[in-house]
Amino acid sequence: MPDIKVKTRIWDPSAERPLLRRGFLAGSAGLLAAAPAFAQAPLAPHAAAPAAAPAGGGEPIIDVQGAQRNPIPIAVTGLSGGPGAIDIGSVVNADLGRCGLFRPLDSGAAAPPAGTPDFNMWKASGAHALVTGQITGTDPLRVEFRLWDVLQGTQIQGTAYTTSVANWRRISHIIADVIYERLIGEKGYFDTRIVYVATTGSRANQTKRLAIMDQDSANNRILTNGEWMVLTPRFNPVRDQIAFMSYANDRPRVYLFDLSSGRQSAFGEFEGMSFAPRFSPDGSACILSVTHGGGSDIMVVDTASHAIHQLTSSGSIDTSPCYSPDATQIVFNSDRGGDQQLYVMGAGGGGAKRISFGHGQYATPVWSPRGDLIAYTRFGGGSFAIGVMAPDGTGERILSESFLVEGPTFAPNGRVLMFARETPARDNRGDGWSQHIVSIDITGFNERQVPTPTFGSDPAWSPLNA
Amino acid sequence: MKIKFLGAIAAIALLAACSHTPPAVTATQTGTGAQSAPTGVVPGSEEDLVANVGDRVFYELNKSTLSDAAQATLSKQAAWLAKYPQVTVQVAGNCDDRGTEEYNLALGNRRAKAAKDFLVAKGVSASRITTISYGKDRPTALGDNEEAWSQNRNAITAVK
Repeated sequence: MPDIKVKTRIWDPSAERPLLRRGFLAGSAGLLAAAPAFAQAPLAPHAAAPAAAPAGGGEPIIDVQGAQRNPIPIAVTGLSGGPGAIDIGSVVNADLGRCGLFRPLDSGAAAPPAGTPDFNMWKASGAHALVTGQITGTDPLRVEFRLWDVLQGTQIQGTAYTTSVANWRRISHIIADVIYERLIGEKGYFDTRIVYVATTGSRANQTKRLAIMDQDSANNRILTNGEWMVLTPRFNPVRDQIAFMSYANDRPRVYLFDLSSGRQSAFGEFEGMSFAPRFSPDGSACILSVTHGGGSDIMVVDTASHAIHQLTSSGSIDTSPCYSPDATQIVFNSDRGGDQQLYVMGAGGGGAKRISFGHGQYATPVWSPRGDLIAYTRFGGGSFAIGVMAPDGTGERILSESFLVEGPTFAPNGRVLMFARETPARDNRGDGWSQHIVSIDITGFNERQVPTPTFGSDPAWSPLNA
Repeated sequence: MKIKFLGAIAAIALLAACSHTPPAVTATQTGTGAQSAPTGVVPGSEEDLVANVGDRVFYELNKSTLSDAAQATLSKQAAWLAKYPQVTVQVAGNCDDRGTEEYNLALGNRRAKAAKDFLVAKGVSASRITTISYGKDRPTALGDNEEAWSQNRNAITAVK
């Protein structure tokens, strides 16, 4: 059998923030020493261990466009079972199926194959890709999986993970990300979380709480008690921290929420209301808006020193700022020209240039982590739409349009957006009104509602979990 | 939270005046407002403001301009505040949901400020008036039609 890489990931389940230790153990004493308690011998020690990056070798089987037309038929075997209710195979299948680029086959009847699979049998079943695996141990678990190209009859990847049993869903998402990356050729986004606003109560008397869940809606957790309204949470890209807006003590402003301690604290001191926070790509700063007179200005606040630097002072409403991934530019919306439009300026402020010229008003711009697109909300004429355009404003494409859609957020690979959708009340009591989170591919493909226990809005996607 | 209750009371007063909503529905929203029957209104109180002056003004779509009707209401509020100099108020700016969250927070602030500036111009001390914006998150009319939206584009003055 081909060799297998061993990764050792250790989390501290008592802390939300995981401790990560990773090593490719084949032939590296130094890495072995990094995590001695969990070191596992490689299945088949091999001098020429593959490159560290999972995507290091081999061409992807198919590109995204091809997979959208013909989702890759994949069979996942051997990863169900294990102690308790652990069913890694189902979580992997759900991730792959939900993204729209794979067609998980029902492989329940197939016995987990040992050794090199019978490719002819799998070919006959229609599978193009095959996952074989094995779960051993109780706590920690050792989860071994191999990804095979059925048509070529080759192993694409082999990896073993050792982890606390409490992290079995994360191992599932990590495996799904590896499969996605090796077969599609882009980084995956399954080992991620969504922070959002969970809304309960009637439309007249809404209670809004911060909530966080895995991208597949599992592990939903409410973070605030609902005493004060909260809005617009956003992840710190490098720390387990959320910036959001709270009406605590009837003084609406931006707060930081520390996910490991549960502590929240006001962020920056301003005379006006601070709102619309968003971190810089390296987490060293948070950009936000502060009301001033009848408008609002964009400020950047250093996350360590809290030093404030003002970037706009147009007298109009400048808000919803977002950095480009290289942190050299900022896109925001402003009504300086009369109605809301999108502008791009340098990260130091100044030189703002309007980029939106289509029909209607434009708001809530977010820059793709890939840098090539800006997603936004467009509205007017009675409907709202989510669209994308190039950072220079060209190539506008509307992805989804309805009564009210708003606030796109990018998956860390720039492939998928989530946003909030409302349905209108059908009477004057608010009956029929709803708020949900929706996901969609940046091509407009595979739009689907993201399940949440209550109404949900203001989604923000985390970076890939560390 | 106090403001929230006052807002709810104001909403009930408004809806009752328009007689759009069956009493059974508003009854569930009263909370502490169950005490706020029109009888026995205390002069200088929130109830007095709502019943005898008018606690709110309305705006056009995406605007903060004060209409003639809005100016008339705010003039009455200014006179009422002159009569009760111990009263301090909070002006809350609100928007319909035909805009985006963050922009509407700023637009609600702009509306509240327009109302406050008018009151100050009419002689009310600025130190007696605080402002807050709830963006589109505190609708008082619960439908999704132009009539409801026009109710929700407002600045509501509440006794603190």
